[in-house]
Amino acid sequence: MSSVAADSHVHRAFHFYQESLGKKVVMAATGVVLFGYLVAHLLGNMQVYLGAEQMDNYAAFLHSMPALLWGVRALLLISIVGHIVSSIQLARLKSAARPVSYVKKEAIASSYASRTMMWSGPIIAFFVIFHILDLTTGAAGAAQFQDLRAYENLVYSFRRVPVAAFYIVAMVLLCMHLYHGLWSMFQSMGVSHPRYTPIIKRAAAWVAILMAVGFISIPISVLTGLVGANL
Amino acid sequence: MNLTLHIWRQKNASDPGRMVRYEAKNVNADMSFLEMLDVLNEELTLKGEDPVAFDSDCREGICGMCGFMINGVAHGPQRGTTVCQLHMRRFKEGDQLHLEPWRARAFPVIKDLVVDRSAFDRIIQAGGFISVSTGSAPDGNAILVPKPAADLAMDAAACIGCGACVAACPNAAAALFTGAKITHLAKLPQGQPERYQRVLGMVAQARQDLFGSCTNIGECEAVCPKAIPLDVIAGMNRDFIKASWERREEVIEKGAG
Repeated sequence: MSSVAADSHVHRAFHFYQESLGKKVVMAATGVVLFGYLVAHLLGNMQVYLGAEQMDNYAAFLHSMPALLWGVRALLLISIVGHIVSSIQLARLKSAARPVSYVKKEAIASSYASRTMMWSGPIIAFFVIFHILDLTTGAAGAAQFQDLRAYENLVYSFRRVPVAAFYIVAMVLLCMHLYHGLWSMFQSMGVSHPRYTPIIKRAAAWVAILMAVGFISIPISVLTGLVGANL
Repeated sequence: MNLTLHIWRQKNASDPGRMVRYEAKNVNADMSFLEMLDVLNEELTLKGEDPVAFDSDCREGICGMCGFMINGVAHGPQRGTTVCQLHMRRFKEGDQLHLEPWRARAFPVIKDLVVDRSAFDRIIQAGGFISVSTGSAPDGNAILVPKPAADLAMDAAACIGCGACVAACPNAAAALFTGAKITHLAKLPQGQPERYQRVLGMVAQARQDLFGSCTNIGECEAVCPKAIPLDVIAGMNRDFIKASWERREEVIEKGAG
């Protein structure tokens, strides 16, 4: 009996994921996880304005719970892989679905952000790889990189103007990605209502902008000397 | 008024096709777009050239036969309108108009601006129906339908299957069409017995016909001549998730065997 049940679980998951609608649900669900992480990450980062001690203590606090830290990292990795794999599969459907393109085609209702998800997404993914090498492992970090000295590492990293510029560009793209993605995940999961969907869209836009402003404020503060002037 | 038309000419499905330039002289502003093409075709016929093939039937905006791209917009610049109900007063002297057929793998071009939309019929065959018992006609109000449900079903049922949603979608997805047909029946009591089989069948058929995947960007809603909202796509997604969760076929088959 148990083998029948196991069979049918695989079968059901296969049927679900085989359809583009199922893949979109995976996009949405993994998007929720990644967005949740972004919110936590932004709140953590905002401690840079409370000084070096607070920031470094926070980093030490996170590393004091290795099981939780690696659990979250594993969940994020699974979500990123799921998000990327399903997006690539969906994008391949797109090119197969219109082999002959239009001589002339106008977009009349869609946002620029919604049409460029497959540009903003990969660039953000590339940024995340760089970001981890820069500030987590230190492999691409500033010369002064020291493990768990989060505040100093951040300041020395952002004093390199190209790094700060790449960060800002990536955050603008993240804002665009969230501008469409945050409301689109509701639609993909079947949550829509003529009264609430416009509110969700507006809220998604504001959250996307506020998060980008929050993240971008950090390299700007470093470059203007507002943060880390004493280093 | 005088217009310059750039029309996609393609002899048959295997011809690669190309844009051909035509001058439309002394166009009457009160003509419909299709009447303007009728006049052009008369001139072409008199000159011994092949007239431009395009689909049309009722020319009242309700049958779903007509439709092509005008300057990259399905059914042209007027919202909530099929191309047969678009009038030349929407254009001005000297306009350059590019006319192209719907482009999708699932809608192969038959000739010029005419495409084969049989893929939509196959999606309907995969679930866009209800089963009724034959015999004497049932009493008109035997099955009660709540007024809001009737209104929502009617809004979705307004879909005429023209294919503009697929044409406008950058992914050539049939999500608005399929969503409209699913929502139309899912809102009504008569649609309930087959509700979840229907969504699984129609969604699978749209995939097999190589329509693309919805990215929730809303180009379809904007060009739909019946102004069917994106809401129907969310309704389809909702029913698909529920149907996937509730499907029991495999378990039942094994249990019975």
